[in-house]
Order: sequence, then structure tokens, then C-alpha cells
Amino acid sequence: MTANSGGPETVSKHQIDDSPPAETTTSETLEDAWGDEAVIQSRDLEVFYGDEQALDEIDMDIPERQVTALIGPSGCGKSTFLRSINRMNDLIDVARVEGDLYFHGKNVYDDDVDPVALRRKIGMVFQKPNPFPKSIFDNVAYGLRVQDQEDNVDEQVQQALERAALWDEVKDQLDSSGLDLSGGQQQRLCIARAIAPDPEVILMDEPASALDPVATSKIEDLVEELSQEYTVVIVTHNMQQAARISDKTAVFLTGGRLVEFDETNKIFNNPESQRVEDYITGKFG
Amino acid sequence: MSSDSIDLSRSTNDVGGLGDRFAHYVFFGCALVTVATTVAIIAVLVNGALDFFSEVSLLEYLTSTNWSPRATDDPGFGVLPLVWGTLMITVGSALVAIPVGTLTAIYLSEYADQRVRKTVKPTLEVLAGIPTIVYGFFALSFITPVIQFFFPETGTFNAASGAIVVGVMIIPMVSSLSEDAMSSVPDSLRNAAYGLGATKFEVSTQVVVPASLSGILAAYILAISRAIGETMAVALAAGALSQITTNPLDEVQTMTAFMVEIGTGDASVGSIGYQSLFAIGLTLFIMTFTMNIGSMWIRSRYREEYE
Repeated sequence: MTANSGGPETVSKHQIDDSPPAETTTSETLEDAWGDEAVIQSRDLEVFYGDEQALDEIDMDIPERQVTALIGPSGCGKSTFLRSINRMNDLIDVARVEGDLYFHGKNVYDDDVDPVALRRKIGMVFQKPNPFPKSIFDNVAYGLRVQDQEDNVDEQVQQALERAALWDEVKDQLDSSGLDLSGGQQQRLCIARAIAPDPEVILMDEPASALDPVATSKIEDLVEELSQEYTVVIVTHNMQQAARISDKTAVFLTGGRLVEFDETNKIFNNPESQRVEDYITGKFG
Repeated sequence: MSSDSIDLSRSTNDVGGLGDRFAHYVFFGCALVTVATTVAIIAVLVNGALDFFSEVSLLEYLTSTNWSPRATDDPGFGVLPLVWGTLMITVGSALVAIPVGTLTAIYLSEYADQRVRKTVKPTLEVLAGIPTIVYGFFALSFITPVIQFFFPETGTFNAASGAIVVGVMIIPMVSSLSEDAMSSVPDSLRNAAYGLGATKFEVSTQVVVPASLSGILAAYILAISRAIGETMAVALAAGALSQITTNPLDEVQTMTAFMVEIGTGDASVGSIGYQSLFAIGLTLFIMTFTMNIGSMWIRSRYREEYE
């Protein structure tokens, strides 16, 4: 039925035409119809920056509590897709979104959806570590504070830092600036900050691309760890990284098209599309 | 490529690089003009002030509350009434300019879309280009009548009118410099906060303003320093009666307004009134110079580090 129900099919528009009609918007109906596995579903999703089309009819079902990797060459739209999940594209004046994106069966582009509330459920980690110029503690506590989850802040901060594998390194310097940490530590701080308010989904936009190999492998371990509790969607242009840490892989190629979306093993060992195989094996991109 | 196909010799009409050296001296000379002027101004001020203090004790100057340098019997040389007048105008104008200017800056930097920003910011900067004497007339012909409408006892010249008009005058300075500081906060910080589910108001007040605080404070200090030195508008609006009063509706005289009064005419060269100009001028210079240094210090000491 849907692409993630297995089988070596590539996802394309016509293949999901038999999926339930989009006008059934109550979450029960959609979850019943699509199974409870997919937490994010995009249907004919298109994003434009002014006259430039950045995403072209994306259909994808992102499974719960797994790591979904988005790979593809620069400018292929993978980051744009990621940012359309928590409506960060709203912040770009010229960006325009068409099509549907469902989170637990609710179209997040409906008029009654508050992007602020959405982002509280879907956390985000960015390409370059971007801690606030505040203390380590205040960085992690920030999300808790804006989301009014101020009970036991100390405990929640510690938990988040532990889950981000940073606690042992910073527990004696919680009052020092987040900017004093190394790049890899800063990125784990940003991960702790994202998971502290306990979102359901974590979006990661090339979280290790600015880090050295040791810091990168720590982040990768962490991502696998996190997928036991969270749904993780990660953009990477490091194909080995995608192969190592993801359960599912989506390959975007030029023009903002999703060319293939399947189990990671399948994508890397036996892709359907010749272009995907060429890309995976480094013939272009 | 053969070796004779390339010509690396100096142009025949530029003997010995003379052109470049000449340009060097011209540019250096121009730079020297500003530096030399600054030095000369300080020398003149200090020299005149020394003449003044040879006749008036520094203690009297700094502590007496009577400023009447041209009184024939029992002249007073206490600078405090003038400093007080300047303080009233400065504090009053800061009370106007800091809230309005800061909120304008937040609006321009965080809320306004590109189109609005492109219209409003140049408009604000036009406000900064209006001659200050025009502001003075604006105070006399508009602000003072409005004040008199609410407080009919108010005289033509009053501190409140001067403070308000100077406040309006320095709003562009506060908003423009603060906006520059806020705009230079990288978007990655805003994205981090938005990604955590912060509202625009939370992003503005909890992330952008704290991250640009040093630039904002520096803008305040520069604007206040400008208010201290402001002359024509306060001379017209606040009056020429040197006194220490707590009522903003009273007439006051600032240091600058006194200098206009004396400088425009009737004090003969060498008289004590004339010499007092230099003492006041030096006092003003020290005040604004200290504030400008303070502003630079704050900016470098608390320079934002974002990454």
C-alpha cells in the first residue's frame, strides 16, 4: 500500500494513488488507513523559493522510531524537505509550500496549525553547531522554558545531557558558556537542547558535516541511540554515514525529486534506479 | 611565450614611482588635518580654561551652585546649575529615545518585512539629517504649546520641551545603531530558538536582544553623549535661566546653551565671562569624550561571540 510496507518499489506519485484520500483529516482515519508506523507522511509536497522549484511532488512515509536518512547531491532539496517538516521554511519570506505534509495524520500546513506548537513536537539540530551565547545549563533549559516545562529543570537538563552523551564532560562546568566547548561538544549540546523538551521527532541537517571524524562517530552513535526513543530524520551527504546509521534511506537527485526511498540495505546493495546506483557508487554527485 | 613579449618596465611618464609617492603624501596630509584639528581644539580649550582657573578656584567651579559669571557685583562661578540643566535634558531625552528607539530597532530587525525596512530605515535617517535649529523651532511652535495645553502654567522655555525634542532627535541614532547590532546576530541563533518552539517575541527578547546587548548599550551611550552636546535645539526650547530645579516645566540652561549665549556676542575677549566659555567647553568635552570611550570599551569588552 504505502512505500514503507516493504517491497522493492520506488516511491513515485502514481503508486500512492490508491492511498486514502487526503480529505479524510481526522487522525484516527488516517492512522487506521496508513497503519500506525508512519509518523510523517508527505503527499505531493512541493516547495518553491520565488520562482525556483526546490521540491517536486515528494511522497514519503517516515516510520516511527527509526532513522530515516535523506541523501543526495547539493541543491537536490533534501534540506528543504527536512525544513518543511517543522515549517522552518515559513521563516523564509520567498518560500511557498504546496501539497500536504501529515504529522500523525494532521496536515501541518492546515490553517489551524500553529508552527510554534508543531516545532515543540519536532525538534531540530542544525548543520553548524549553534549554541546560544548563554551557559551550558541555560542552553539546554531554553526549550523547557519557552515550552513552560519548568518543573525539575535541573533534572531534565541532566537527563538531556546524559542522553546526548555529554553529561560526564560538562557536569562540572554547567555555568560556563556553551561557546567554550569544542565543536563536537557544541553539537552534542545542541542535540541535548533539542531533546530536553522531549519532542517526538528530531530533524538533523547534516549534524556532523562541520566536525572531525572522532566527533562525527560520537554523533553517529548518538543518533542510533536516539532512534530507540525518537523518530530521527537526518540529512547527510556522507553516504557511508547514511549506510551506517539509517534504517531507511531516501535518495533525492537534481530538481528536487525523490528518486528512490526504501530500506537502507536495499538502497545501498540493490537499488532499483540506475541513477541511484550511479550516485551511490560515486559516478556523479 | 618569448621573453620580449612582456613589458615590465615602469611607464615612462612615472619617473621613479613619483605618482604613487605624491598620492601617498596627499592622502597623509588629509588625514593629518583631522588629527591636527583635534589636537588644536584641545590645546585651545585647555589654554583658555587655565586662564579661567587662574582667577576662579576649581573648588568653587565644581561645588558652587551659583552661575552668574557676568554679574557685576558678586559673580558666581559654580558650574553645577549648568550641569544640572544638561542632566535634566539628557535624562529626559534618554527616557524618550531609549524605549522608542529600542522598540523601533526590534521591529525593524525582527518583525518588519524587507519592504517596510527599506522604507522606514532611510526615513529615520532623514530625521537625523534635519538641522537641529529646526528641531528647536519645532519644540517652540509645537511641543511647548502641547505641554502648555496640559500644564497652562508652563512658560515658553522649559526643560521638558527641550528634553522631548532632543529625545526625538536621537531616536534615529538609538534605533539605527541598535538595529545594526541586532541584524548582525546570525540567523543560526534565531533558527535554534524557532526550532525549539519559541515565538517571535521570545526569539526577539530572549535571543536577539541579549546577543546584541553590547551593541545596543554602545548605541545608548553614543546617543546620550550626543544629547549632552546638543546645542541649538535646547538653547531655543529650554531657555537661558541657570538654576537647579526639579520641576521639568521650569526654565533651565544647559552648558551648551550658555556657550551659545556668551559666544554669540556681548562678552569681550579676555573678560571672565569669555574665559568661562573655555572652562565649560573643556568640561563638556571631557564628559562626551569619556562617554565615547566608555561606549568603545563596552563594545570591545563585551563583543558578542556567536560561534
